[in-house]
Amino acid sequence: MKYTLIAWMRDKPGVLSQVSGMMRRRNFNIDSLQVGHSEVAGISRMTFVVDGNERMVDQVIKQLRKLVDVTRVDNISEQPIVGREMALIRVSTNAENRSEIVQMVNIYRGEIVDVALDSMIVQIVGAEDRVASLIDLLDNFGILEMVRTGPVAMSRGRATHTHRRSTAVWRAQANGKNATASERFKTGGV
Amino acid sequence: MPKRNGKAAPPAPETPTPMTGAQMVWEALVREGTRVVYGHPGGAILPTYDALSPYEAAGKIHHVLVRHEQCAAHMADGWARATGEVGVCIATSGPGATNLVTGLATAQMDSVPIVAITGQVPTNLLGTDAFQESDVVGVTAPVCKHNYLVTDVNDLPLILKEAFYIAREGRPGVVLIDICKDVQNATGLFRYDFEVDLPGFEPWPDVDKEVVRKAAELINRAERPLVLAGHGVQLAAMGRELLELVEKAEIPVVTTLLGTGNIPESHPLSLGMGGMHGEAYANRAVQGCDVLIAMGMRFDDRITGRLDSFAKQSKIIHFELDKAEVGKNIVPDLTVIGDLAETLPALLPLVEERRHQVWLQEIKEWETDTDQSDIINYEVDELIPPYVIRQLWHATHNAQNGPPIIVTDVGQHQMWECQYFTHDHLGQLLTSGGLGTMGFALPAAIGAQMAYPDRLVWAVAGDGGFQMTLQELAVIKQERDLPVKIAIINNGFLGMVRQWQQFFYDRRYTGTPVWSPDFVQLAAAYQIPGLAVTKPEEVVPAIEKANATPGPFLIDFRVKEEVNVYPMVPPGAAVDQLIRRPKPAVMQGYSGVQPSW
Repeated sequence: MKYTLIAWMRDKPGVLSQVSGMMRRRNFNIDSLQVGHSEVAGISRMTFVVDGNERMVDQVIKQLRKLVDVTRVDNISEQPIVGREMALIRVSTNAENRSEIVQMVNIYRGEIVDVALDSMIVQIVGAEDRVASLIDLLDNFGILEMVRTGPVAMSRGRATHTHRRSTAVWRAQANGKNATASERFKTGGV
Repeated sequence: MPKRNGKAAPPAPETPTPMTGAQMVWEALVREGTRVVYGHPGGAILPTYDALSPYEAAGKIHHVLVRHEQCAAHMADGWARATGEVGVCIATSGPGATNLVTGLATAQMDSVPIVAITGQVPTNLLGTDAFQESDVVGVTAPVCKHNYLVTDVNDLPLILKEAFYIAREGRPGVVLIDICKDVQNATGLFRYDFEVDLPGFEPWPDVDKEVVRKAAELINRAERPLVLAGHGVQLAAMGRELLELVEKAEIPVVTTLLGTGNIPESHPLSLGMGGMHGEAYANRAVQGCDVLIAMGMRFDDRITGRLDSFAKQSKIIHFELDKAEVGKNIVPDLTVIGDLAETLPALLPLVEERRHQVWLQEIKEWETDTDQSDIINYEVDELIPPYVIRQLWHATHNAQNGPPIIVTDVGQHQMWECQYFTHDHLGQLLTSGGLGTMGFALPAAIGAQMAYPDRLVWAVAGDGGFQMTLQELAVIKQERDLPVKIAIINNGFLGMVRQWQQFFYDRRYTGTPVWSPDFVQLAAAYQIPGLAVTKPEEVVPAIEKANATPGPFLIDFRVKEEVNVYPMVPPGAAVDQLIRRPKPAVMQGYSGVQPSW
């Protein structure tokens, strides 16, 4: 079964390699991994999809929590979530099939973002299966190039947790920047 | 002992003082209470070494020059295991740092607190494959609890403080700080009044009192309870409480290798070590109990044998500090998360006074069914290793200035030490359990001896392992004749590997015969007195002579070659499916006895 996990971590060099290194060392299989900024400055948010059984996922979560720079890990597999991924697909076209492709992309609420004489770039944002199904269709015309981000996810409904600020506060103090509490909070301390 | 309550009181505010990165390192070390560092200088760490001299002159920090960086980590490890304090080692960039790796991995596997400091090429050369550059943070990440690369001198004070905090708090481990050379030279403001605030680090999880109550209930209902006690008991310094618990409810205790001595081994409730080379009755007790109380241990494959047949009929209660250890190998029926120093005292009053005479009698019967007692007492005409170890116990266990510390290497002699030496005190045996690092004994013994200059410290090594780190004999001399005693169990083989070859590879001894120099002459070259022992009657006088010699002493025990460690659970077998110890008569003229049972 596939599990979706979200991890928050201090945004500093080497954290990504710590996380991926731990996964490799513990022999966990990652289906996809997506990382970017979160609502708190200095904290990155990573969305994982891991393939495995419950016990393995339990271990993944525990080992992730053990990493000092990882501040929080949530398993949102059992919750209602909004999961989206984006893909850019360069599909081969000619005069005859161009309009057919455009129609299909419209049905999938995708966008044509670039057109050339012999190809065009399709952009699609959506749930993983919708992206996959459009890709399947476009494959019939010949996909020349493709990039998928892998899903990012957020649970539906009310926010249940707020995030603590990072040790970056202390870094700011070490740097002699005696910022006030509210300033620190705003900047995440950096 | 480390603080066991989450946060310490906020430190007094401090006026920042300008100093170089190199000075900051030593200043922080002094504040953390470090007295000894083990290291080897080199280009990229030179600024830090240069800043050491005033601290050394003032007697605040003593630097020990090692002959190989691996041993710097082992010495810091030995120090840390003996004292419970954070050990510190230091090395230069590139080869210096990569040489540390084995030592760091050894410590991390056994939850030993170490802070390692390494030099790194200047920031402008990072990533250019500069001379003596290696990606130390990348290389050491899998064997560290945490590590840092410092590229800004202003980050250094906080990182140093965090490093000691992380290494020490919770389940101890290794933290490495890689400092660029220009950062060591740069000047910044030093202060040490930070309150460490790491939202992602939860060293002391809260104890759920309800779970402790449930655990007590399970224990109270048990007819055949058993405690399986590991290193965690020692790390939490809970030996006395554990003894109180098992005496109150009359529960027998099996220990792991690193849990050796958790309760006195001469105590009637102690069954000694379990697992691959544990006694048959200890392993049968594990398999036959109805409630298994695992305390501060991680169900290593060497203790569990085949997982799917481990303690099948028992309920397992796992007392553990590190949440990630729960369910990793064995899924327990009940998990008590938290520091043993909290959970055990909470458990004690809830456990009823019970007697389990039927259960103990059953174990007793298994016990008399094996042959350990014969081996311990019998007369030998050949020099066999178990006899040597037993005599070592006889000749040292009443040592002055506290119980002797035995530091072993890895292999047959390590297992014999566990079996034939009676450990009546916590922390008496220092050994590389998790990683199984050959060459550990000598350097770790040096660390332990420096921690306790007055106590008797014996390094017990095989001829193979000893030759991996024997260059550290020079350190013994350079540190003004450290009184480390060295016993080499010299059987001319990499014994444990040879034993596996005998059992599982049809006695094809490839790569296991070891040629050794004359160790006594070798010691003499290092100006260390020594003796070779070839006969059983020479054993005790030699050990007594070593004990009476004020400085170091080396004994080369030239023991019988093909002697095996029994009992043995073959890898992948259930722990009660073991190869039994042959009768002593067979053992003497040993010639490939077929495993029975």
